[in-house]
Amino acid sequence: MTPDLSVSIGPISLGRPAMLASGILGISMEVFNRIYRNGAGAVVSKSLSKEPWEGYANPTIVGIKGGYLNAVGLSNPGAPYFAEMIKPNKDVPIIVSLVGSIEDEFEFMVKQFENCNVTAYELNLSCPHVEKVGLEVGDDPKLVTKIVSRVKSVAKAPVIGKVGLGTTNYLDTVKAAIDGGADAITAINTIRAMGIDVETQRPILSHKIGGLSGPAIKPVAVRCVYEIASKYDIPVIGCGGISSWEDALEFIFAGASAVQVGSAVGDRWIDVFSEINDGIANYMKKKGYSKMSEMVGLAKRF
Amino acid sequence: MQSVSKTPSIRIIEKVIDETPTVRTFVISDANLADVLPGQFAMVWIPGVNELPMSVMVIPEKGKAAFTVRKRGVSSTALYDLKAGDQIGVRGPYGNAFDIKDGKIALVGGGTGLVPLLRLAKFAKPTNDVTILMGSKSKDEVFFEDAANQILQNNKHQVIACTEDGSYGEKGFVTDVLAKLVQTTKFDAIYTCGPEIMMHKVVQLANSKGIFVQASLERMMKCGIGICGSCCMDEVMVCHDGTVFDGEFLANSKEFGHTHRAKSGILENY
Repeated sequence: MTPDLSVSIGPISLGRPAMLASGILGISMEVFNRIYRNGAGAVVSKSLSKEPWEGYANPTIVGIKGGYLNAVGLSNPGAPYFAEMIKPNKDVPIIVSLVGSIEDEFEFMVKQFENCNVTAYELNLSCPHVEKVGLEVGDDPKLVTKIVSRVKSVAKAPVIGKVGLGTTNYLDTVKAAIDGGADAITAINTIRAMGIDVETQRPILSHKIGGLSGPAIKPVAVRCVYEIASKYDIPVIGCGGISSWEDALEFIFAGASAVQVGSAVGDRWIDVFSEINDGIANYMKKKGYSKMSEMVGLAKRF
Repeated sequence: MQSVSKTPSIRIIEKVIDETPTVRTFVISDANLADVLPGQFAMVWIPGVNELPMSVMVIPEKGKAAFTVRKRGVSSTALYDLKAGDQIGVRGPYGNAFDIKDGKIALVGGGTGLVPLLRLAKFAKPTNDVTILMGSKSKDEVFFEDAANQILQNNKHQVIACTEDGSYGEKGFVTDVLAKLVQTTKFDAIYTCGPEIMMHKVVQLANSKGIFVQASLERMMKCGIGICGSCCMDEVMVCHDGTVFDGEFLANSKEFGHTHRAKSGILENY
């Protein structure tokens, strides 16, 4: 029997376990279609703000040992433009990532998507390199609760909070999102980091400080998923350095209901999604599992 | 096997060549970039300013590579103003390459779009009969004529400079000169790089005559390696799936020749 790769993340149902993480490739409907056809369970958009943002000057993304450093600066066409673009979408599960500073901005943005087919909203509470948004919001649990509860009150689709490692204990941010009514948590975002070119003695990124992604952060992300899933009764989406089916399963066993893949696209291209699907399916056959949910959190029994 | 770097490596500018009053070529030593395929590019870091996608210019000396830039915006001008001894960072090479057919081929370039075409000329087969059409506004802005003749010295070839004001070579847009040429000459393939409107006309012309055609495209790029999505056009990432696309794909593109994306990702008309 072919194993069933579909997943449920609380109220969110997807046909396949690995989605495209926010910030990667996601600005056009044609690209979303292509990624979905290539095996992604859903695509998460770039984080959208109320107004269009240009982002920072290059270098914005560079490879380093163990992954990538980036400070793109949340460049995005703005929620209204993006909502218009995805209006014709019928088939592709799109998770709309939103970024802002206060609950009014989030409400404005969610309202742009009233006539769109949105699978869920993912609130960016964790981008580590733009002021007044992202991680600075995530570090303020009271604000997190206010934003999540406002979005919950206006959104028809489920709401996910994406957390990262800031100055506040991220578990308190998770709790704040749960208190606001979040349906799921994505963990984690890139980790605040920097790189310096030895020859010129300059920070490589134009923004100097950015976020670290890729294999280097995977063990940290697995730990966070494990801690969240152990402490709280909320579905978790694992994210951070996943580039193979083994990596994806590690997150599932830590307690994730599904995973997101970002940087690996830079190494494995979008074939990474079908590789993960096939690898998980083979593993399930070999081990005798028929459903993804049978594997969620298995490492917690030890 | 080509080695691909995702981290900038610092190189010293060894020589600056004035090509025209607005175009300069900067020579560096980089064995990896010296041998890139035609159509591939590097990300060039001007420390403190920006990082730009650039085709790699052919330099006859072994192990040397170069970048040719026209001063236009803030970043290209910052690169243009660098001197011998200054440092730049390079990473790459990225992207695919032109598919060089047998027989009679035409290379149609405008301005610094000639850079990947001259590399194509360097990779031409001994049997290729190569016609290079170089477009520029006026005599002052014609460059790479000698370089083209030098690179193609062992091939049957002709170099046709075209100026919009007729001050040198053939008068008119390079596309008009090409349109006349294809009436009398049967080309097996046409390759183009330059301003997108020019490439769009070249592709339409070749497609209408049933001639194999490829264009090397430029888009706003940030990562250069298929992560950020800034350069997406229709469903492709120009940095990863391109920069070279063939006429059949381009004929069906909704965006080629019509729109490009601003830094925010919003589509803007050409």
